Amino acid sequence: MLEIKNLHVEVGGKEILKGLNLTINSGEVHAIMGPNGAGKSTLSYAICGKDGYEITDGTVTFNGKDLLELEANERAGEGIFLGLQYPVEIPGVSNLNFLKAALNSLRKYRGEEEIAAVDFLKLIRAKAAELEMDPEMLKRAVNVGFSGGEKKRNEMVQMALLDPIFSVLDETDSGLDIDALRIVADGINRMRSPKKAILVITHYQRLLDYVVPDFVHVLADGKIVKSGDKSLAIKLEQDGYSGLGINETAA
Amino acid sequence: MASTLETRQTVEEVAGDYKYGFVSDIETVKAPKGLNEGVIRFISAKKEEPEWLLDWRLKAYKKWLKMEEPDWAMLSYHKPDFQDIYYYAAPKSADDRPKSLDDVDPELLRVYEKLGISLQEQEVLSGVAVDIVFDSVSVATTFRETLKEKGVIFCSISEAARDYPELMKKYLGSVVPVADNFYAALNSAVFTDGTFVYIPKGVRCPMELSTYFRINEANTGQFERTIIIADDDSYVSYLEGCTAPMRDENQLHAAVVEIVVLENAEVKYSTVQNWYPGDKDGKGGIYNFVTKRAACRGTNSKVSWTQVETGSAVTWKYPSCILQGDGSVGEFYSVAITNNYQQADTGTKMIHIGKNTSSTIISKGISAGKAQNIYRGLVKVMPNAENTRNFTQCDSLLIGDECGAHTVPYIEAKNPTAQLEHEATTSKISDEQLFYCLQRGLDVEQSVTLIVNGFCKEVMQQLPMEFAVEAQKLLGISLEGSVG
Repeated sequence: MLEIKNLHVEVGGKEILKGLNLTINSGEVHAIMGPNGAGKSTLSYAICGKDGYEITDGTVTFNGKDLLELEANERAGEGIFLGLQYPVEIPGVSNLNFLKAALNSLRKYRGEEEIAAVDFLKLIRAKAAELEMDPEMLKRAVNVGFSGGEKKRNEMVQMALLDPIFSVLDETDSGLDIDALRIVADGINRMRSPKKAILVITHYQRLLDYVVPDFVHVLADGKIVKSGDKSLAIKLEQDGYSGLGINETAA
Repeated sequence: MASTLETRQTVEEVAGDYKYGFVSDIETVKAPKGLNEGVIRFISAKKEEPEWLLDWRLKAYKKWLKMEEPDWAMLSYHKPDFQDIYYYAAPKSADDRPKSLDDVDPELLRVYEKLGISLQEQEVLSGVAVDIVFDSVSVATTFRETLKEKGVIFCSISEAARDYPELMKKYLGSVVPVADNFYAALNSAVFTDGTFVYIPKGVRCPMELSTYFRINEANTGQFERTIIIADDDSYVSYLEGCTAPMRDENQLHAAVVEIVVLENAEVKYSTVQNWYPGDKDGKGGIYNFVTKRAACRGTNSKVSWTQVETGSAVTWKYPSCILQGDGSVGEFYSVAITNNYQQADTGTKMIHIGKNTSSTIISKGISAGKAQNIYRGLVKVMPNAENTRNFTQCDSLLIGDECGAHTVPYIEAKNPTAQLEHEATTSKISDEQLFYCLQRGLDVEQSVTLIVNGFCKEVMQQLPMEFAVEAQKLLGISLEGSVG
């Protein structure tokens, strides 16, 4: 589904990704771990087309399409979702309005009909319920006044609603208490399907207890330096990055 | 208005083009160009005004001749040549007054339909009484009978001068005196029409009252004069919405609105303004120099000004409240958008005179392109104004790096018990917010519209429903091409 070859990405004139290679097939769950500053978020932004992340070399193909040719919103239309590490606030814009506009935009891109208001409400409430989010929060402005954990949960509700083919989740587990972690993990697991793929970026093993990955990669110094199965994550937790011979770059 | 929204919806997306840019071919009767006593007498005669009103105009004209054009605003514009303007242009059929819609020139009705104001639709669907001002003459007033039953007077200024002279004499110029400022004096001399509203004691006006404006002829100034009087314990919501055709020469709009609110009464005055703003190079466009003022004379009287200003090449207006009555309340909610080369110097004045008065000012300024947006506000507390409270919030949003936002707040507090709060923020649409929207599938235009509407939410939610929907779309249209 996703094929990244020799990706070089510069941010503010500085090279962060230095020839990264990664292949993700449908039905797979991949986890990326790595020291701070290694380039994990940069990778997710580069995949999603954020301004300021300059691709200086390499290719990214998504279901056969050259992803780098598409704008950020077009990539979303292709079915890519990014659960942000630091979800931003949009004052004055309710979650409901925001998500309805987003969903209809995606449908339009795919040549589908817009969703009727009534159907949308049913759908969003169902998704909020799955993630045990108080429906009142849907009426509030996007992420305004939300705690860190609530913001992460909001990301999951959005993901459930927009139903992407490929989800990139950037440190979705940070800031979550034990209960919230379980709920979020269930949400991620619900996205599993032979036609979909998930990329989880995390520092900690505990999420991976619930969301068991097929592959674990270590991103360090701008490249994937080690890959393995779920046991690699456990080893990392025990021995740390240095225990595996990986240098930790400054954050 | 419902019909206007539908019209907008059926119009194809035309980036940067002004949708109401057309000129109607209706024959007009014009006064000769220029301003002098003769022109004023011509106007007064055309409107069949009583003698006292002609005298009032002439006195105003004499005062105007002695006044100097002000230039303290942070605006740069080509000064109007007052002798190069037509001060009166009325559609021909006005000579035989229409008694009902059936009597109105079908060509006129067609123009209104083009504007999206099908009167029949208005009548049937929205229940809003409409007093249409077309190039200086009120053409039709609907729902007069319903309003008449309640004793509500809703008619053109010209009619009021003839039919309700006592009321006119009492209130005309009582809130905005003739010599108040240069443009008020000009308006007093040559005002050609406008709306007169009187709500009797204890009456809650059963429907929202509305007026449309339209400037048609080249070099015709629009000098509207509006008076709204809310007697004790009454309520009225008034909507003012404008469109204007494309022109190369600048057109002058110098209106005066006077509002008087008596005991326990409330007036809500909402404006959605999208006058022609000039093209992408700053050519053409309307000059909007308006004096709007409300006198809260009665105890516990209240006035609420809500405005969404997206048009005009140059906007210069400060809807204000004089809070004389004890416990009176003044509110000002404003969204002012400037794009390309537009300039706006706008804000409000809250004058606290009575005891326990309060005022709220929420101003949202959005600048894009090479535009300049200035908020100029005055909160004045007189020595005997005990326990005054004011809350002012002025937020500026900058889009792009060539526009400007300026805030000029004045506070004069002559009473030590006053509590005045002022907050101000300046922001731009952050890359993070934009990326968040894009990543969820919205394109750049949609994202900007969404974020800007969110920014203006506190003001937008003050608008009556009919205007709110139109206004939201207007924000998006006004900012087309400003990002990305």
